[in-house]
Amino acid sequence: MAEIELKQIAHSYLKTPVRDEDWALKELDQVWIDGGAYALLGPSGCGKTTLLNVMSGLVIPTRGRVSFDGEDVTERKTEARNIAQVFQFPVIYDTMSVFDNLAFPLRNRKADENTVRERVHEVAEMLELEGELKTRARRLTADAKQKISLGRGLVRSDVAAILFDEPLTVIDPQAKWLLRRKLKEIHERFKLTLIYVTHDQAEALTFADQVVVMNEGQVLQVGTPQELFESPAHRFIGYFIGSPGMNFLPCEASEDGVRIAGQTVSLPESILEKIVAKEQKLELGVRPEFVRPASGTDRGSLETTIRAVDDLGNYKIVTCMLEGLEIKMKLPEDWALPEVKCRVNFNPRMIRVYADGRLIG
Amino acid sequence: MRIQKRTIGLIVYLVLLLLPIYWMLNMSLRSNADILNAFALYPKDPTLTNYVKIFTEESWYSGYVNSLIYVSINTAIALLTALPAAYAFSRYRFLGDKHMFFWLLTNRMAPPAVFLLPFFQLYSTFGLIDTHIAVAISHCLFNVPLAVWILEGFMSGVPREIDETAYIDGYSFPRFFATIFVPLIRTGIGVTAFFCFMFSWVELLLARTLTVTNAKPIAAVMTRTVSATGLDWGLLAAAGILTIVPGALVIWFVRNYMAKGFALGRV
Amino acid sequence: MDKWEDNRAWWLVVPVFLIVAISAIIPLMTVVNYSVQDIFGPGQRVFVGTEWFKEVLTDRRLHEALGNQFLFSGLVLLIEIPLGVAIALAMPKQGWRASLCLVLLALPLLIPWNVIGTIWIIFTRPDIGLMGVAINGLGLEFDHTAAPLDAWVTVMLMEVWHWTPLVVLLAYAGLRAIPEAYFQAARIDGASAWATFRYIQLPKMRGVLTIAVLLRFMDSFLIYAEPFVLTGGGPGNATTFLSIHLVKMAVGQFDLGPAAAFSLIYFLIVLLFSWLFYQALQNVGTGDKR
Repeated sequence: MAEIELKQIAHSYLKTPVRDEDWALKELDQVWIDGGAYALLGPSGCGKTTLLNVMSGLVIPTRGRVSFDGEDVTERKTEARNIAQVFQFPVIYDTMSVFDNLAFPLRNRKADENTVRERVHEVAEMLELEGELKTRARRLTADAKQKISLGRGLVRSDVAAILFDEPLTVIDPQAKWLLRRKLKEIHERFKLTLIYVTHDQAEALTFADQVVVMNEGQVLQVGTPQELFESPAHRFIGYFIGSPGMNFLPCEASEDGVRIAGQTVSLPESILEKIVAKEQKLELGVRPEFVRPASGTDRGSLETTIRAVDDLGNYKIVTCMLEGLEIKMKLPEDWALPEVKCRVNFNPRMIRVYADGRLIG
Repeated sequence: MRIQKRTIGLIVYLVLLLLPIYWMLNMSLRSNADILNAFALYPKDPTLTNYVKIFTEESWYSGYVNSLIYVSINTAIALLTALPAAYAFSRYRFLGDKHMFFWLLTNRMAPPAVFLLPFFQLYSTFGLIDTHIAVAISHCLFNVPLAVWILEGFMSGVPREIDETAYIDGYSFPRFFATIFVPLIRTGIGVTAFFCFMFSWVELLLARTLTVTNAKPIAAVMTRTVSATGLDWGLLAAAGILTIVPGALVIWFVRNYMAKGFALGRV
Repeated sequence: MDKWEDNRAWWLVVPVFLIVAISAIIPLMTVVNYSVQDIFGPGQRVFVGTEWFKEVLTDRRLHEALGNQFLFSGLVLLIEIPLGVAIALAMPKQGWRASLCLVLLALPLLIPWNVIGTIWIIFTRPDIGLMGVAINGLGLEFDHTAAPLDAWVTVMLMEVWHWTPLVVLLAYAGLRAIPEAYFQAARIDGASAWATFRYIQLPKMRGVLTIAVLLRFMDSFLIYAEPFVLTGGGPGNATTFLSIHLVKMAVGQFDLGPAAAFSLIYFLIVLLFSWLFYQALQNVGTGDKR
């Protein structure tokens, strides 16, 4: 077990990176606390896998230091780092039995056979693989193979962290759910540091205590799922997390709030202070969950026109138009709606303001 | 240190590999009298006469043209027929599949010498003697099984989930095959094309038996030098060097396919 | 991984079946026909049953040729397969160096077989050949036209020179097809270079190695043009392999009947051994041993 610290890490796959896009990872600092369950979330090609490989030592970063519990391991080889990694496609040793697969990392490190047997049985029991220990690994289903990959990480008692690189890609939905639960269980039982790369927000939000959101080689925000939901630090996160994504409405500062398309939305004092006298592109952000049809003529409600209603089972998504701006509402399915014109209200505590795409309050 | 040793070993091997070819090149640049006269590590008085002769005499250069024509036809037929068959063998279980697969292989196993006469009789019945298509089809006997076999190996390496996903996404078989599957196994196709080209290019017995003049392959033309006043080594060597060129071009075109490998895990 | 069960897959195999059947079935039948008849000339033939087969099977020269053949093919496999795999492992993984290696390796494969023999005649000539001169320069007696052992060594060298690249190309293609994640997993699991080879590269190469072994077995067992041009089967019968013997019989002695019978026996031997190799390689490392 260890705390993993990344200091000013940057990486480029090119020999001489020139432009900004040449960097797969732009400079970042990050500490992974011992025993945490992290999800690394971002679209394909955002640098998640590179970051993972920097930690496991498969990639030596162009710049910056990696340390485990304060000890610098930047130059240390993968096999000496005590990191386990589970890949997107199940990697198993075809010709070996399940037992030998699980024993492989221990045997390579010259563990004695009694320890090997003990550890393998322990891990097999936990992963519910005891029945299959003698089977050839190649005969198993994809989810069992992924369990073996995971098991090869777990057998090593000294493992500092287990890294997952989109491990559920090839697993069918039913098994996916079981495997994810198994992971949770293992995390609770052993307090291992788990870092889980995914582009699926549902997977990230259910699995992790802390979610790290990346885009274009940069870490945009680190936070609990709730923080990411309520206060996305960046426009990108507002869009990327949540379904549908956050509403962003261009606005201008005014006396007691902001003006959106000629109508005023009042804001709490605390936010107003931060936007005064800033020459930036302002946007108001509000989640569809916090937009509601206004009752009567509430002060501060906005006049909109309903364009579409999508019924999605136990809730519905209502798309309203405000002079060419789109505002989405997420409502319980039985919520009554007016025909065309609809005044909407934003929950004042859940209104966020963004300047040049970044959260200011 | 380890890497170093490997590289040295590789270089030594490649040098040894090239020595006989260098010797052929050396001879091709010398006159026959000069070759037989004295041992020389390099041509002291290099001449292109041998090459000029090959490029100016129709009987010589038409040999190359003939070989290229039937080899190309053969490679095309072999790939086009083998691709679907290899897919069938790698993905489906069907009646007699194993027997069929092995039967295909057995066609590489017949000793050619005695089979030549029946071959000749067969193709004369169809009036195909001395045509390119006859040689191309007869070479399918050993190239098609090889193509099926190599491609089957590469196809089995592609996870079946890819097929399943594509069918679920509504791809029809031909569209899936052409737009997803074939690009995935392009390595295998490149390798297969090279092998078909190669085996058809170097085969002599069948090609010689089935042709007279119009489709006579280069390998058969070259045997002419083994007559009358003994071998004309220089001319033979020049012709030999030229036989390497088309194949070397082919492998140059497929080299990336051979080197890249699958992009599995990165899809 | 279980395959889908579907007999309609036959439709995908039909084109291959037709194109091969044209060239395969009729000639084979004709040869079977020859093998049971005594042919004096056009239209004059007598049914002789299994007589030719008996004659061929008791032929002492055939036994000798068969012995030569097994020794030759055995050595070919023992040398070329490990050498080919080793070279493939040593090759660069990408870039212009890899391309260069591939092109150079392919050169010997692209030379027509009769030319191969001719090149080696001159390459090994003690007066004007590079190898011949070099060996004599070392003070060794070397003459492949007189000493059986020298003839053998020369034929083997030629064969290894000519065909090892085929094994390398196949093994190399097989190695490149292994997803990078396997090597990463092996590093994480702390596997040594040997363990990586033994448990990842070798098993993943099984398919291409099966092809390599079978191709090299079949083709070396049927080898004709190269040794015939180089040694003519001599000195004596030292390098007379089965196909050289067969041609001597069919062409030299105009014995079409026995030659056909011989061909069929020959064919069955190749078939039997190929099948054994095929079975062995298909099953190695796949059965549950524990």
